[in-house]
Amino acid sequence: MIDLQNVSKAYAAGTPAVNDMNIHIDEGEFVFIVGDSGAGKSTLIKLLLKELEPTSGKIVINGKELKKIKRKHIPLLRRDIGVVFQDFRLLKDRNVYENVEFAQIVVESPKEVRKRKVPAMLSMVGLAEKYKSYPHELSGGEQQRVAIARALVNDPPILLADEPTGNLDPKNAWETMKLLEEINKRGTTVIVVTHNKEVVDAMKKRVITIRDGHIVSDERKGGYSNEN
Amino acid sequence: MKIKTFFYCLKQGFINLKRNKLFTLASVGTITACIFLIGLFYAVLVNIQHIVKSAEGNVCIEIFFDKEATDEQIKDIGEQIKRRAEFGTIEYISPEQAWENYKNQYFAEDPELAEGFADDNPLADSDSYKVTLNDVSMQDVFVDFVNDLDGVRKVNYSESTADTLTDFGKIVGFISGAIIIILLAVGIFLISNTIMIGITVRKEEIGIMKLMGAKDMFVRAPFMVEGVTIGIIGALIPMGVLYIIYKKVIVYILEQFNGIENVMTLLSTGEVFSVLLPAALIIGGGIGIIGSVITMRKHLRV
Repeated sequence: MIDLQNVSKAYAAGTPAVNDMNIHIDEGEFVFIVGDSGAGKSTLIKLLLKELEPTSGKIVINGKELKKIKRKHIPLLRRDIGVVFQDFRLLKDRNVYENVEFAQIVVESPKEVRKRKVPAMLSMVGLAEKYKSYPHELSGGEQQRVAIARALVNDPPILLADEPTGNLDPKNAWETMKLLEEINKRGTTVIVVTHNKEVVDAMKKRVITIRDGHIVSDERKGGYSNEN
Repeated sequence: MKIKTFFYCLKQGFINLKRNKLFTLASVGTITACIFLIGLFYAVLVNIQHIVKSAEGNVCIEIFFDKEATDEQIKDIGEQIKRRAEFGTIEYISPEQAWENYKNQYFAEDPELAEGFADDNPLADSDSYKVTLNDVSMQDVFVDFVNDLDGVRKVNYSESTADTLTDFGKIVGFISGAIIIILLAVGIFLISNTIMIGITVRKEEIGIMKLMGAKDMFVRAPFMVEGVTIGIIGALIPMGVLYIIYKKVIVYILEQFNGIENVMTLLSTGEVFSVLLPAALIIGGGIGIIGSVITMRKHLRV
């Protein structure tokens, strides 16, 4: 599903942010990517979304080599990857329903499809009754669930969550992780980039630890490395 | 792009305009001012060109023939002149007509004096062609051509008049062209600024759209709608104002300066605006598209 082969990314006149990285993630996996600030996590996310080009190496997602994808076809790649951010990035002037529907509008989904999928997705994340609420009327956990619904409403095979619990209290953080696990059980490949030691340790999933652009460990049913 | 998506982008464009109300108004105002000035320059320019053209039509070249030139030869000279690209009109002046014109001009007050020549036309060998050109700047080339023709004795023409008219036309054209180009650049800059503000306001939304897989056109279309709308409204307002002003100015000039139509004629509103209105709409829409595309290229790459 996702294959990184000897991928390096160096910014101008600096040490590489990602250095000779090899990762293989199978379809349906749940993977944590952990590491300190500056370890190369953000660069890795940008490489997967083709916001950045690797200096060397090969990235393959869903059988497509990213380097060979033309600029005009980048949107199609991104439709395969739902993204969730630490700061939710909801549109403040639109309610819960409109925020989720927005993802469908962007990919030019027909109205009938939107009417069916948006409520279904809101029920899945447990926010069906709050569809008229605006982001500022919701708790952090609820906002993150809206963001997850938005990321998933187009049925991407991959969900990429960048510090999804970073702005949440432990209770909401845990609920969010449970939701991500539930989504993974339905078949979506989930990649979570995080700092949250408790959550990583408790979930017992595959953990890839990176430091200074290198992979320092890749463990099945692992925990947050003590070195971090 | 699907039709529904097109309407969505259209709607978003109008929402953008509403959201940035002040900047929209400022942009429409300044585009209005620019296109008003462009329209004004155009109206003045085409009228000057029209007057110059009329004056050029009066710049005559007279061609006289050799004494021994046959009618056949004179006819052939006429045919060769008509085939020239710069040829405008041609009139054959017979010796009788030439004498008649001369009498009218110089013996109008003493017709008896002219009677002495009644049976002996002093201009018996002065038949000629009176030629006007549709492009006075080609006069020298034309005169050289005619001088080389067999049977031509003499060519009368006014070099300085033609040169003055040509130079005047060129100067007016250059100045107007330069001013119009400057105004277009100002218009593009202003629309570009408004679009940039729209992009800044919606930066987060655009970022989210791109990450969700929005195609470039889907992201850009609302901004293009915004630019084109500003451009077209900014063209329609000055056209309306100019139309009213132009109509009033013509009436005023004709009323105030009696007999001016004998000296120079102004173009009618219909003649000016049949070109100016579509041109202004194309310019308005065009600077809207160019302004928005330039700004998006600079600020919309994710």
